[in-house]
Amino acid sequence: MSALPMAGAPANTNLAGLTKNDYRGNPTTLCQGCGHNSISNQIVAAMYEMNVVPENVIKFSGIGCSSKSPTYFMNRSFGFNSLHGRMPSIATGALFGDHRLKGIGVSGDGDTASIGMGQFKHIMRRNVNMVYIVENNGVYGLTKGQFSATAEKGLELKKQGVNPYLPVDICMEALISNATFIARSFAGNPKQVKELLKAAFSHNGIAVLDIISPCVTFNNHHTAYHSYTYGKEHETPLHDITYIPPRNEIILERELEEGEVREVAMHDGSTIVIKNLEKEHDPTNRAEAMRILDEARINNWLVTGLIYVNTEKPSLVETCDLVDTPLNRLTDADLRPVPEMIDKVNALMF
Amino acid sequence: MNKVVNDFSIIVGTKNGSGSSTANNTILRAIFKMGIPVSGKNLFPSNIQGLPTWYTIRASKDGYLGRRESNEVVIAMNPDSFMRDLESVAPGGAFFYANDIKLPINRTDIAIYPMPVKELIKNDPNVPTDFRDLVGNMVYVGILAQMIGIQTDKIQAAIEFHFKGKQKPISMNMGAVNAGFEWAKANLEKKDPYYLEPMDKTEGMIMADGNTAAAIGSIFGGAQFVAWYPITPATSLAEAMNDYFPMLRKREDSKHTYAVVQAEDELAAIGMAIGAGWSGLRSMTSTSGPGLSLMTEFVGLAYYAEVPVVIWDIQRIGPSTGLPTRTSQADLRFSTNMGHGDSDTIVLMPGDMNECFDFGWQSFDIAERLQTPVVILSDLDMGMNQWMSKPFEYPQTPMDRGKVIREEDLEELKGNWGRYLDKDGDGIPYRTLPGNKHPMSSYFTRGTGHDEHARYSEDAGVFHRNMMRLKKKFVTAKQYMPKPVIYTTPGAKVAIIAYGSTESAVIEARDLLAKENDIKADFLRVRAVPFTQEVDEFVGKYDQVFVVEMNRDGHLHQLLSWEYPQHVMKMKSVAFGDGMPASAKWIREGILEQYKEPAKKKAAKGGRKGAK
Repeated sequence: MSALPMAGAPANTNLAGLTKNDYRGNPTTLCQGCGHNSISNQIVAAMYEMNVVPENVIKFSGIGCSSKSPTYFMNRSFGFNSLHGRMPSIATGALFGDHRLKGIGVSGDGDTASIGMGQFKHIMRRNVNMVYIVENNGVYGLTKGQFSATAEKGLELKKQGVNPYLPVDICMEALISNATFIARSFAGNPKQVKELLKAAFSHNGIAVLDIISPCVTFNNHHTAYHSYTYGKEHETPLHDITYIPPRNEIILERELEEGEVREVAMHDGSTIVIKNLEKEHDPTNRAEAMRILDEARINNWLVTGLIYVNTEKPSLVETCDLVDTPLNRLTDADLRPVPEMIDKVNALMF
Repeated sequence: MNKVVNDFSIIVGTKNGSGSSTANNTILRAIFKMGIPVSGKNLFPSNIQGLPTWYTIRASKDGYLGRRESNEVVIAMNPDSFMRDLESVAPGGAFFYANDIKLPINRTDIAIYPMPVKELIKNDPNVPTDFRDLVGNMVYVGILAQMIGIQTDKIQAAIEFHFKGKQKPISMNMGAVNAGFEWAKANLEKKDPYYLEPMDKTEGMIMADGNTAAAIGSIFGGAQFVAWYPITPATSLAEAMNDYFPMLRKREDSKHTYAVVQAEDELAAIGMAIGAGWSGLRSMTSTSGPGLSLMTEFVGLAYYAEVPVVIWDIQRIGPSTGLPTRTSQADLRFSTNMGHGDSDTIVLMPGDMNECFDFGWQSFDIAERLQTPVVILSDLDMGMNQWMSKPFEYPQTPMDRGKVIREEDLEELKGNWGRYLDKDGDGIPYRTLPGNKHPMSSYFTRGTGHDEHARYSEDAGVFHRNMMRLKKKFVTAKQYMPKPVIYTTPGAKVAIIAYGSTESAVIEARDLLAKENDIKADFLRVRAVPFTQEVDEFVGKYDQVFVVEMNRDGHLHQLLSWEYPQHVMKMKSVAFGDGMPASAKWIREGILEQYKEPAKKKAAKGGRKGAK
């Protein structure tokens, strides 16, 4: 639509002619201080700053606290709140409707790392074109505080006692399943969350964001891996990350000196600029990504940043070689074979 | 000895994986080409190689295609099933066997024909050693052809079709056929009464299997998205879509207007199909019992969130894994209410190849019109066996894409619409599709409680109102359902109701009841749930109604009893399920067992008086 039936251009509009309000959702019903709300806010900010047209996005989720959050951002986007752990299959099918659309999915550790593990791994290997956010807090919130599969061994929860099992590492699972974009972040680091969201959104294919997002009600003891305090004290960013939108190379040259930065050219012409901190990490190196995740696991570091990226792989719809017109706008003439074909078919039977 | 012409069954016992299906299909197709009505049924094990398998071929001058319980001509190629095969020959029948099987033959009431299959094939210089077992099957085709009268030019036509005109395998296989034929001519003396003679009863007909028919019908229906997971006996449906899509939807730019995704399991297959249906595609999946069980939660979501999707269930016998390679009609009860809570599912029940094709395209119209899941209940017998059929017919009506509103509609409505508003009073709301660029187009789909504008709601009144609208939608649904097929006969006082693949066996049983028992019965074949008005009217008209189906519990009988409690006393269940296709024999016996001779009016009155 060229002419949007909105009042005349207000102040603070972005290049899409929209205000930040056009990216907001309903008021949250999650707990005050929940990490998920902070992530929703960063989605609103990132989409606004990237000039995304909300109608070009489909929101997806499964079941759980995190999966409620798509109602708290981007009301103008279509959304599908599906079944427990089965956001991947709904998204896979839905994105065939119009190949120009991009998915933003919000799941949680309960939704993804247990019943959803199978579908999670298969959406990775199919490289479906969407951002897959796991709002990871190590605990089941809506059912009041049971261990999730990402809870660390030894975690003590009020009613549950001590967790006897080793945790699932979302990023590691994604990497093993051949995901093409994998990042970890911390809801207490909104700037990084936002930059990673932008980078993920510009990625062609599946982009996993494992965001440690503390549950202030059931799992926020300062010794718990998924708590605010632990995150604040132990977060180890791999790098400073900056998303540079398409056609902004000039800024890049001026502000950043060569040598200390790494640039990743994204499919849509944007660039991710990565400035290493203490550690040297090349996110285009899969073995390196595996090593850094394992090192973090062994040392209990909350390593954040872009763990791995591969911009070469085609997304699922691309491998299907679809017509340019979105499938959901094809007409009867495109879809029903002509009458003569029935004779041809009958002749093929014996 | 009186000749028996074009009215007997042939059964071939072989080892699974021995390549006998080419030979058996050749016999079937050759008989069909001779103009004789014929049906073929593969009774195969859940196994790739080694276990016994049987193929039955029934020639029927009267056109009965159902299973026949007696086997007049038996061909034994498998030592493991030899004794059982020998026993199965009907008295006076013919028994052909591979003479390398050295087992005692203890019957004198049948004609015995040993066949030197291995020897003949060994002597054929055109057959390479590693092809001997495969091509060897063609030797029995040749021997049988000579002995019962299958025309060799028709065999040639069948083989040419099978090998798609490739000369080398054609001549190799025809060589083996001819070797068998000539050997039998020189060495065997006809001692049984069974003969085939050309007729003209298959003129203009085709042979097809139901899964292929369903796949092609779906493509003519504009199928755009297929997600599936392999499961017997549904696998060949999705595979046929892969086979026929490129030809039927070929475009000049060679781009695709469809996508087929093999999912990781049935949970994902139905999820993807629902996702695609939600985004406006003609979307489907195909499965069988265990897969349908897995899909249940998602189908419940699609019912409640009102997402169109088509699910083909090629029924096999359960419960649980059951017998994966045996047929059944036992998913009916389950499929009409898929999901927990109050839920309904539209169920279509094709009864032949043409209906597999027709429901292929009609199901999309129904699903999109009603915005709800449609389950199509086929079965293994229809899905995987070859049936003679009238040619497929081009869809008679244009595609019905249902109530979809686009950008221009929203502009006109000034964005004033609600996803679940019953604007037309028929229970069917309007929907927009993702990718719609109008800023008022979007809505949020959920399996949680929602109001008319798709907003989350826990309000009791809102919830109840929505559920009642959904109920109304299923009343509206009746007008879109395929009507039943009804066969009447003058003076019928009783009736038979059945569905699906049992039709031919029911018709045969009905003829037998009229001929042998002087019972005239009308016959209604249900083709959809919810039942249409024609079913309502039919049930009320008769003194006794026999509901025939291939399952233990009488699912259709139960559904009819629920729907028509006023007629419960006269509806009788004739249900039987052992994995075998229905036969006229058990249907007739089942009906006779429960049939009540109508009391003659005068005599009845007198009788009652006398009793007092």
